[in-house]
Amino acid sequence: MRIEELLAQKKTAIIDKWFDVVADTYPADTAGFIKRQKDPFSNPVGGTTQKGLTGLMDELLGEMNHDKIDSFLDPIIRIRAVQDFTPSKATSFIFSLKKLVRNQLNKSDFNEYRILAELSELDLKIDLIGLMAFDIYMKCREKIYQIKANEEKNRTFSAFERAGLIKELPDSGPELA
Amino acid sequence: MNVKYMFSLVAVIFLFLLAYVGVEAAGLQVLFGIVIPYAALLVFIIGVINRVIGWARSPVPFRIPSTCGQQRSLPWIKASELDNPFTTQGVVARMFLEVLFFRSLFRNTTSKLGEGPKIYFSLELWLWLGALAFHWSFLTVIVRHLRLFTEPVPFWIGLLEKADGFFQVGVPGIFLSGVVLLAAVFYLFLRRVIIPQVNYVSLSQDFFPLFLIFGIAFTGILMRHFAKIDVIGAKQLTMGLVTFHPTIPQGIGGIFYVHIFFVSVLLAYFPFSKLMHMGGIFMSPTRNLPCNTRAVRHINPWNYPVETHTYEEYEEEFREKMIEAGLPVEKE
Amino acid sequence: MSGPKPKELIEKIDYNPPQKGWMDVPVKIRKGMYCYASNPKSVEYVHLPHARPWNPLEEDWKLPDNWKEIVHNAFRERLDRFRSFKVFMDICVRCGACADKCHFFIGTGDPKNMPVLRAELLRSVYRNDFTTAGKILGKVAGARELTLDVLKEWWYYFFQCTECRRCSVFCPYGIDTAEITIMAREIFNLLGLNIDWIATPIANCYRTGNHLGIQPHAFKEMIEFFVDDIEEKTGVKVEPSFNKKGADILFVTPSGDVFADPGTYTAMGYLMLFHYLKEQGLNVTWSTYASEGGNFGFFTSHEMMKRLNAKMYAEAKRLGVKWILGGECGHMWRVINQYMDTMNGPADFLEEPVSPITGTKFTNAKSTKMVHLSEFTADLIYHNKLKIDKSRNDNLIVTYHDSCNPARGMGLFDEPRYVINSVCNHFHDMPRNTIREQTFCCGSGSGLNAGEDTELRLCGGLPRANAVKHVHEKFGVNMLATICAIDRAALPPLMDYWVPGVGVTGLTEMVANALIMPGEAERTTNLRGEPLSGMEE
Repeated sequence: MRIEELLAQKKTAIIDKWFDVVADTYPADTAGFIKRQKDPFSNPVGGTTQKGLTGLMDELLGEMNHDKIDSFLDPIIRIRAVQDFTPSKATSFIFSLKKLVRNQLNKSDFNEYRILAELSELDLKIDLIGLMAFDIYMKCREKIYQIKANEEKNRTFSAFERAGLIKELPDSGPELA
Repeated sequence: MNVKYMFSLVAVIFLFLLAYVGVEAAGLQVLFGIVIPYAALLVFIIGVINRVIGWARSPVPFRIPSTCGQQRSLPWIKASELDNPFTTQGVVARMFLEVLFFRSLFRNTTSKLGEGPKIYFSLELWLWLGALAFHWSFLTVIVRHLRLFTEPVPFWIGLLEKADGFFQVGVPGIFLSGVVLLAAVFYLFLRRVIIPQVNYVSLSQDFFPLFLIFGIAFTGILMRHFAKIDVIGAKQLTMGLVTFHPTIPQGIGGIFYVHIFFVSVLLAYFPFSKLMHMGGIFMSPTRNLPCNTRAVRHINPWNYPVETHTYEEYEEEFREKMIEAGLPVEKE
Repeated sequence: MSGPKPKELIEKIDYNPPQKGWMDVPVKIRKGMYCYASNPKSVEYVHLPHARPWNPLEEDWKLPDNWKEIVHNAFRERLDRFRSFKVFMDICVRCGACADKCHFFIGTGDPKNMPVLRAELLRSVYRNDFTTAGKILGKVAGARELTLDVLKEWWYYFFQCTECRRCSVFCPYGIDTAEITIMAREIFNLLGLNIDWIATPIANCYRTGNHLGIQPHAFKEMIEFFVDDIEEKTGVKVEPSFNKKGADILFVTPSGDVFADPGTYTAMGYLMLFHYLKEQGLNVTWSTYASEGGNFGFFTSHEMMKRLNAKMYAEAKRLGVKWILGGECGHMWRVINQYMDTMNGPADFLEEPVSPITGTKFTNAKSTKMVHLSEFTADLIYHNKLKIDKSRNDNLIVTYHDSCNPARGMGLFDEPRYVINSVCNHFHDMPRNTIREQTFCCGSGSGLNAGEDTELRLCGGLPRANAVKHVHEKFGVNMLATICAIDRAALPPLMDYWVPGVGVTGLTEMVANALIMPGEAERTTNLRGEPLSGMEE
């Protein structure tokens, strides 16, 4: 049996544990809330994470479609990029999947050369997702700074500008005397 | 171990021993059966009155109800008279549902994706159910106990007992209210220990009344069904208390004294604790006022004049610019 | 020498500190989550005490020497003056019903953002200073002494509350965290601890009549620019009046509508609506003196709120109008609906509001004499007084964000929805537990819509954005309508981050786009200059 099939059978259990890993990066009381509240609107962090991890798992065991991974990963990282996480803390949950996967295997599985080879291939895929997570994290942080920088300007400057209340420099600079 | 509830648990166990040993070993029946109950009742009455007067002494400067439904505005728009009451009747209805049925706790509707809004029993609704079970069963138990303070016993207490003992399990029959009370207290306790958020915000004083009430219900059930006490004697004592001719009949049994000592502690503790929410709910300005502030002026008793920037000062500063821009001014 | 094992390294990253009691977790003021300290010049201008430069990140906040005494006395004074405060300090049973109702808790995951705990920050000191049990039993009774760290914690978390009142809806005793936050901020202001995003708009508003400090001539120029813009897009020249004595109605709206996109389009909408109704007998004037509907004084103290709000009645009296019409603003309407008449009334120099077009008496506003534009417009549409071409808004798939204050401090739910449904064909509400009285805050209310606390605002806005995302994905919603100026400023970046592709509009902008103006040229674009539905090239 290929490792993907093996893991596909235990998918739900792995996703549940993976979800707990993400939730446990929050303070205990918050983690409890994130795990407990099932309504996606009362608990957007939990809802988004659940949806994202399930999708990521499917891709990991399936086609590894770059765009799809991005669409599942982005919402999770987007949240963590504004919360109190360093980049490493925001993305570490992806790498903990390696351990979760290994926990699902039997001891004897590790003796099979084929399984080991597939496992290291799976690790590479997880690494790839991890790297994508860094990219998304950076993109989000850049977006935040862009929002910060633009906000003032968007808010008032453009209104003033349209009203002609802002004196713009003439196209040709003032003549030097 | 959780320090917060251990402290309260130890306190209640200590109170138990205090009363039991005090009566059984030291023969302090008069102290635990007469002196402390009277003192506790006095503390309760004075304390509660004091507290309520304290609240009432602070005025309500602004009318700030939380509006939880459509306002009354245009005649063809249906207003929510219950959640955004314009009239006093509406407020009474809102308060009635709030006080008797904890309506706000019931507000936790949750929706599942794709299926449209639907109510299911989330843990918040368990809280609502638990709170209802707790308060209503406690009330039933208290009313049932009026049997011990009245002679002849009014017929409606008998009726209540009959209803309460409807299931006719065991001899003497089990009262549903007692069992529900015990279960509800236990649930409220578990909730505080298990749900991380609730545990995080809980204080010792949140556990103490739970343990105490658990102790009261527990000793009560113990007396009725297991360590059977002299009921005639108990009633003699309680009737003595209400008629102000206190007596101590012989041989009622230590558990009875523990029971009334717990009740006394609860009474005396009441005015100094969060249990005052019983009175406070009636005083809450976000619930007990009509939402008609734009139609009826609310008076603030301490409204005082404040420094403002008048139009004259404003025009003084900007007059020239205003004239230039063609804005009308008071003084040319 | 061997380094740390890989496993240890990983665990270090995942390290989650062991849970301590909340009193033992010291506050960490995090960048992006707080607003800059008030500019002393602004504090001084309105004569608030202890104006000084200070920095929240520095150890020394340069507090007055007797700051503890000031806090204690201010606390007592407020307990004596506000039954709400006193009752709310006493009766909480910490049932936890509110815990997960706060958008900041949901978004940040910080336990101290649970409403119950936010209030406990203050309650713990209340117990210590004002209750017998707290004085005797101390920490066992949940009491703690006021220290500099406690004060800093207060400051950090009471400027992470937008006074949206969502928690109060779920509280079995109606405990309103907004009320507690208001008291805490009053106390901060006695120590000179305001944030600049509140302090400076207040000073500006006090002096010039509006938050941005726009002087009267510039205010008029700005609106005249809108007049040109409207003419360009519709061929109709509207003629607004300013400070006009003898007008029937004074119109007050937040200055954000006049100076900040996309509120400016809503302001154009006002102008068009008033022009449209002119022939039918509407005689309305703008004021440059009362040119601010918003009231950041509300986020400072009851007194400051009263000082700024006073201008509305004063100006109505000076101009001799009959009643006041209020534009689309959130907290402005909480102030008008629940405070204005009490503070600055009785407005006996005004008349009970009657729509000059439909004759409808607004009996619900008969004392305050101020009507919400949504009430006014809904009444017009109901009586068929507006000629509307709904199809012009056909490219919009709209959802509606109930702003906190008109929702939970007023109950204005169906009027705006009626208006929206009358001017556009595609409307979808968000899920039930995120709208109406359960609406989620934009995350930027109560003066927190600064630039430096963007992370806080994005966290706080997550539950709102999440619900928008749902209707965006399900129904293709591309426009978020709202009746609040702070929303119009705060929601665009929120959408930009969480749900790109959703714009933000005021209600009256949509009305104006659909309104068939007498004598108009063929309308090819909306007020934003974008092609109308069917007019794309």
